[in-house]
Amino acid sequence: MSIDVETAARVAKLARIKVEPEALPALAQEFSAILGFIEQLNEVDVEGVEPMTSVTPMRLKRRVDVVNDGGQQEKILANAPDAREGFFAVPKVVE
Amino acid sequence: MSDLNKLTLAAARDRLRAKDVTSVELTEACLGAIEGSGALNAFVHQTPELALERAREADVRLAKGDAPDMCGLPIGIKDLFCTKGVLSQAGSAILDGFKPEYESTVSQNLQDAGAVMLGKLNMDEFAMGSSNETSTYGDVVSPWKRGNDDANLTPGGSSGGSAAAVAADLCLAATGTDTGGSIRQPAAFVGITGIKPTYGRCSRWGVVAFASSLDQAGPMTKDVRDAAIMLEVMCGHDAKDSTSVDMAVPNFEAMLTGDIKGKKIGLPKEYRMDGMPAEIEKLWADGADMLRDAGAQIVDISLPHTKYALPAYYVIAPAEASSNLARYDGVRYGHRAKLDAGDGITEMYEKTRAEGFGHEVQRRVMIGTYVLSAGFYDAYYNRARRVRALIKRDFENVFADGVDAILTPTTPSAAFGLGEMADADPVQMYLNDVFTVTVNLAGLPGISIPAGVDKQGLPLGLQLIGRPWEEGDLLNTAYALEAAAGFVAKPAKWW
Repeated sequence: MSIDVETAARVAKLARIKVEPEALPALAQEFSAILGFIEQLNEVDVEGVEPMTSVTPMRLKRRVDVVNDGGQQEKILANAPDAREGFFAVPKVVE
Repeated sequence: MSDLNKLTLAAARDRLRAKDVTSVELTEACLGAIEGSGALNAFVHQTPELALERAREADVRLAKGDAPDMCGLPIGIKDLFCTKGVLSQAGSAILDGFKPEYESTVSQNLQDAGAVMLGKLNMDEFAMGSSNETSTYGDVVSPWKRGNDDANLTPGGSSGGSAAAVAADLCLAATGTDTGGSIRQPAAFVGITGIKPTYGRCSRWGVVAFASSLDQAGPMTKDVRDAAIMLEVMCGHDAKDSTSVDMAVPNFEAMLTGDIKGKKIGLPKEYRMDGMPAEIEKLWADGADMLRDAGAQIVDISLPHTKYALPAYYVIAPAEASSNLARYDGVRYGHRAKLDAGDGITEMYEKTRAEGFGHEVQRRVMIGTYVLSAGFYDAYYNRARRVRALIKRDFENVFADGVDAILTPTTPSAAFGLGEMADADPVQMYLNDVFTVTVNLAGLPGISIPAGVDKQGLPLGLQLIGRPWEEGDLLNTAYALEAAAGFVAKPAKWW
């Protein structure tokens, strides 16, 4: 399957990665090569095979539904590029 | 000094207990070796003061007689593990300056057992790579050279810093992680031992996530006994990782008897690839002979879906990565791009991720985004997961027929030169993992041990794949193979 420049741009947008327009043709070509490799999967008969969801069949453990964490605002904000007054600061989201 | 950094974990442990040496002395020997190893670029964050403090604590424990096996032993930790108060960047610029407020469960287990962390080890960015050329810290250089050729070689990847550090005796052992071969392939390239345990044996909590259904931590060590010692400490149930299994961890070292009489070892015919170098083929045949001589029964087996493992992996791993790496948005930690006037939050995300992620990571995140996007989810992602179920079934069938372990080469070639693959198609680089990736897809334990050298004098590894949860038995088979192979080559020091 061949990926065109438009599709490459759309995927970059969905992935929230800025790609300069001049870099798109090369990117589209790389995607095409990788997807071409992946296409081999179409040769496999997967009729009646359930998609694998868990490496080891096991029941997820449950815990009591109580608060067991919290009260660590400072630690959570310690690595933030911009933290103010106990919050993460970001550019304006709503006008 | 007396080359204390060259000791195995087992030898150092025994000498510590015999009061023949102290943890501080061992640690100082390693710190000295690290000091002179800049050319290898293996240790990227050094923590000498912390190491000496832990070594002194370990010496106190040892003096009291309260000394678990790893107590006082200096090791390196892959940068993928979050270590409290110590830079943990997963080899990525997007985690610039990230100092976790918590410790990963695996590194905590090692610390609780008294192990001494020397620092953090270089790796491919977010563990995506097979040559350690995608790291924000720059390439790791292997301590090995090809004959008289001075070209720098790759130590493999993604745990390339761990591999180089252990092979160059900068530490006694190191942690690695393996998503498609990232412990076993570098171990093979530098002539050391590396084991990826069964999925669920080691907690993934605090290990920066790449592909959560494939990622597993494991030890990279100088021999099989050390792998047994260190793996036991790293394993164990952890309530903080819902995929961590609640199962007793055996004393792996006690299971190393070297007796493999009557064990059934399978040789999968699908691993005999076109164009496989004769040296690899010979190594594999020699390995089978050694196991036969040790009393094992060698049988030919078939794993019919092997061919589809790499393409399935290159759907599943990028899909999980695109989801896991969505968290790097410039808000909570790490890098945030400088914004222009008028830029909103979307521009912040897009610029931050373009600046912070390297090329290979961007490519994989976007491939993952594509295969998960509306209209392609079934055609790519679900199909890959169904193929994965078939790959797992192949192994289950073989084990049901009584096979105890499977012998394969670890890699299709010896280490290549840094930069040599720069012009190759990404798929060419992915072929490095052709023999290892099946094991991650099926969640099985796999170990690579050094078994010979090629005509250029570079190490080659053999892989043994075991039944789920039977790492002890797998280690014992590897132990027998190690004894028969008698690999002793070491890189000549040039750095």
